[in-house]
Amino acid sequence: MGANEPEEEGPVIEVIDVCTQIGTQLIHNGVSLTVNRGEVMALVGGSGSGKTTLLRHVIGLTQPTRGKIKLFGQDLAELDRDAAHRVRQRFGTLFQYGALFSALPVFDNIALPLRELRVLDEGLIHDLVMMKLHLVELECAHARKMPAQLSGGMIKRVGLARSLSLEPELLVLDEPTAGLDPDRSESFVKLIKTLGRELHLTAMMVTHDLDTLFTLADRVAVLAEQRIIAVGTVDEIAALPHPFIRNFFQGERAERARKMAAAHIHK
Amino acid sequence: MAGAVLRHEFAGGGRSVLHLEGEWTLRHFDAGFAHISAHMIELGADPRVDWDLTGITAFDSAAAMAVWRAWGRRRRESARVNPEHEALFARVAAVPPLPHVTKVPDWLRPIVFLGRRVLILFENLASIAVLLGQMIFDSIYLVRHPRDIPWREISANIHKAGTQALPVTAMVGFLIGVVLSYLSALQLKNFGADIYIINILGIGVTREMAPVLAAVLIAGRSGSAMTAHIGVMRVTEEIDAMATMGIPASLRLVLPKVSALAIVTPLLVMWTTAAALLGGMLSANYQLGLSYSFFMETLPKVVPIANLWIGFIKGVMFGVVVAIVACHYGLRIRPNTESLSAGTTGSVVTAISSVIVVDAVFAILTKDIGLDL
Repeated sequence: MGANEPEEEGPVIEVIDVCTQIGTQLIHNGVSLTVNRGEVMALVGGSGSGKTTLLRHVIGLTQPTRGKIKLFGQDLAELDRDAAHRVRQRFGTLFQYGALFSALPVFDNIALPLRELRVLDEGLIHDLVMMKLHLVELECAHARKMPAQLSGGMIKRVGLARSLSLEPELLVLDEPTAGLDPDRSESFVKLIKTLGRELHLTAMMVTHDLDTLFTLADRVAVLAEQRIIAVGTVDEIAALPHPFIRNFFQGERAERARKMAAAHIHK
Repeated sequence: MAGAVLRHEFAGGGRSVLHLEGEWTLRHFDAGFAHISAHMIELGADPRVDWDLTGITAFDSAAAMAVWRAWGRRRRESARVNPEHEALFARVAAVPPLPHVTKVPDWLRPIVFLGRRVLILFENLASIAVLLGQMIFDSIYLVRHPRDIPWREISANIHKAGTQALPVTAMVGFLIGVVLSYLSALQLKNFGADIYIINILGIGVTREMAPVLAAVLIAGRSGSAMTAHIGVMRVTEEIDAMATMGIPASLRLVLPKVSALAIVTPLLVMWTTAAALLGGMLSANYQLGLSYSFFMETLPKVVPIANLWIGFIKGVMFGVVVAIVACHYGLRIRPNTESLSAGTTGSVVTAISSVIVVDAVFAILTKDIGLDL
């Protein structure tokens, strides 16, 4: 996959002094963040802190009121149509509820980005889709099913397969484990971790889930008070005295999650 | 193909080497790829061609799959591949091959298709009958428990289906009245029978045009809105949520819609009739010189009141038909975009068709009423 790309210099995502105002409400006030190549960055924050809004800026769905968003060193606001299109092909997005096209079966959902390229023949597309299904550990039998017939875990996996269709360098995930039961959640997180390593992906994810944080994240950015108040490894952040961080990281659930993650790493 | 290079080097004695160089990633495949791919497959079938992939600087699994296919889905031993790219071939090889499904021509397909449609038709009719029956049960229940009458829901539906439809029905009615009057006047002038424009307009509009027109407008407006409303409630599980709270969907969702349309449609028919007659009156005045006072005096004389009642009763029936069809389609909507669009389309089309059928039946039943022949 992005395995042997000539390593580009510089960070993959740069959020530079972003301010977002919606109506009279100021959501972001000077948010800055950098995601380096090959790392998994988790974005945490309270409900309503603007995590999803920031994510939507990064994937180019919305523009900030002030500030710059750079992907692969290119300012999103200054790209013409073709350049923007090429940048879009370099990252994949996994939406919170999968966002599968409800009118298409699983196969066509994953094939859609490949078909949109209009350069591949159907035979090759067929093989590539099967490869992606295999990658996310789904059986071929599921290829003909419609999204309404899939369970939550399967929807996420198909969504993941679709986001990886174009062999992206960057993966953006919105609450990857939302709505999954603990077993599914764990296996999904493991899958993302394995794939991320194998495919040399850079990832940015918004998450509430502590288990996901401890298992997947290389660095964590905390969004609170309309800006990033801290960035660092999970352990570094967990030790900070900020009230939000204290509640998030130092409660009982956090302790349990940390112990479980440590146990898994040493297995 | 900028970045991905295919170079065929001829050695002696019929042998040659195919060099793959540059950036072989999905991103670098452009319109020339089809040609490159065909070339690769052609050369892959030739055993005298050796493959050299060491010149590849960037390789992803999509490109690996393309090469794999050219190799006939086997690792070609003689091919020289960089060690870091071997993993990609391992991954590509691990994908289980899907058996190709050959399409068997099914000669019975048209018959099965027709049969299935007929069965679906019967099933739909049965569901509508159930819905109608449930309405009747609910109405009987409400007669005995008047406290449970869903006034707020009925009122909201009356506002949406009725009050908000007044402008559009007025405008459409007025314009149709003008057009009808204009066309009829042209013909009547030939016979010197200008005066009968009032009869034609009066009976035609009151008895047929206004009810059918109003019903079609209501089907398009409120019918589709009701279908989409109930359909989305089904998809977002709101109807289930209501059921768990002991709120019956038929009583609080379907009945208010049906009663509201039953109340509103005849009133809208009256409204449309008035607008159309107004338009006709204006046009007759302009074209034939018929004065407004003459028109308004003569109208009740030549148009028996029975026609007004017929229009009114048709309105009630059309309203009930549109609402029941809309609710029926809404309750069958499944959670995908195709189903929603097909459901709303079906609802409007079926409602309009049913209205026309009911209108025809009514016309036959009342052919001796209201026309002084």
